[in-house]
Amino acid sequence: MSPLGPLILAAFLFCVGVYGIIARRNAVLVLMSVELMLNAVNINLVAFNNITHQGDPLVSGQVFALFVIAIAAAEVGVGLAIVLNMFRNRASIDVDDVDLMRW
Amino acid sequence: MSAQDVVFVLIAIATGGAALTTVTSKNLVHAALFLAVTLTGIGGVFFVLAADFVALVQLVVYVGAIAVLFLFGLMLTRAPIGREALDSQNRAMGIGISVVLFGVLVTLILQSGSEFAAEASTVGGGGVADIGLAIFSAWVFPFEVASMLLLGALIGAIVLSRRETGESGEETPITAIDVGDPGFEDQPELTTTGRQP
Repeated sequence: MSPLGPLILAAFLFCVGVYGIIARRNAVLVLMSVELMLNAVNINLVAFNNITHQGDPLVSGQVFALFVIAIAAAEVGVGLAIVLNMFRNRASIDVDDVDLMRW
Repeated sequence: MSAQDVVFVLIAIATGGAALTTVTSKNLVHAALFLAVTLTGIGGVFFVLAADFVALVQLVVYVGAIAVLFLFGLMLTRAPIGREALDSQNRAMGIGISVVLFGVLVTLILQSGSEFAAEASTVGGGGVADIGLAIFSAWVFPFEVASMLLLGALIGAIVLSRRETGESGEETPITAIDVGDPGFEDQPELTTTGRQP
């Protein structure tokens, strides 16, 4: 199996995530797009580990994919807590409204 | 084209379509559900790539936990419906940037594709036993760092999302948000337990 297919799928998912982050206004949807981008990176890691570096005794790609999953879970927890705080204080989770620290 | 490639292409089409629907859907709950479909499809990609353990972790953590967390986040916040409320003015810029980025990435991948042509036609490597041995020998320090990070994220999420309370055992009034509800001004000050302060 060629690694080209997984790589192109990962690139596509990453670009969809980039579009979501730029175009969406709802903070929860922006977080979802971040998740898409992290998952695209995971596909790359696993594809390289299991196709082009099969004999790796450290299993680096899969192990790093697991670490990325753990960090993404932590990021979603804290991110949603921040979004809830934002909603509680401003009654809106529109990322365009949160420009207090914008230069 | 082997059967593996056929299965991969089918899963990839479903995953890509669900991802596109996630970022273009006009309904927030539909977006969250299509995100769950996308994450399941990525788990399927991991299965095709013979990474069983990562695929199962993906299903348990992402589809089981994170998608539900997103649904809770949508439930607890006000969820407007419609393209105007969900998309900002940057749609054209977003489409431009992501299309250009995708073109650049695919060009680079295809350019380096000749190096991959001679690779083995099978996938594999790294069963559960290998992953366990690797994590608890070579990667044990990043593993411990990840556990500390999860602890920090746990405490941070609790601190961020708990209400400010006064004396222990006493509930402080709910922070009222004037969102234009009729009769908002007339209501007496509420407490979290519903009794008068």
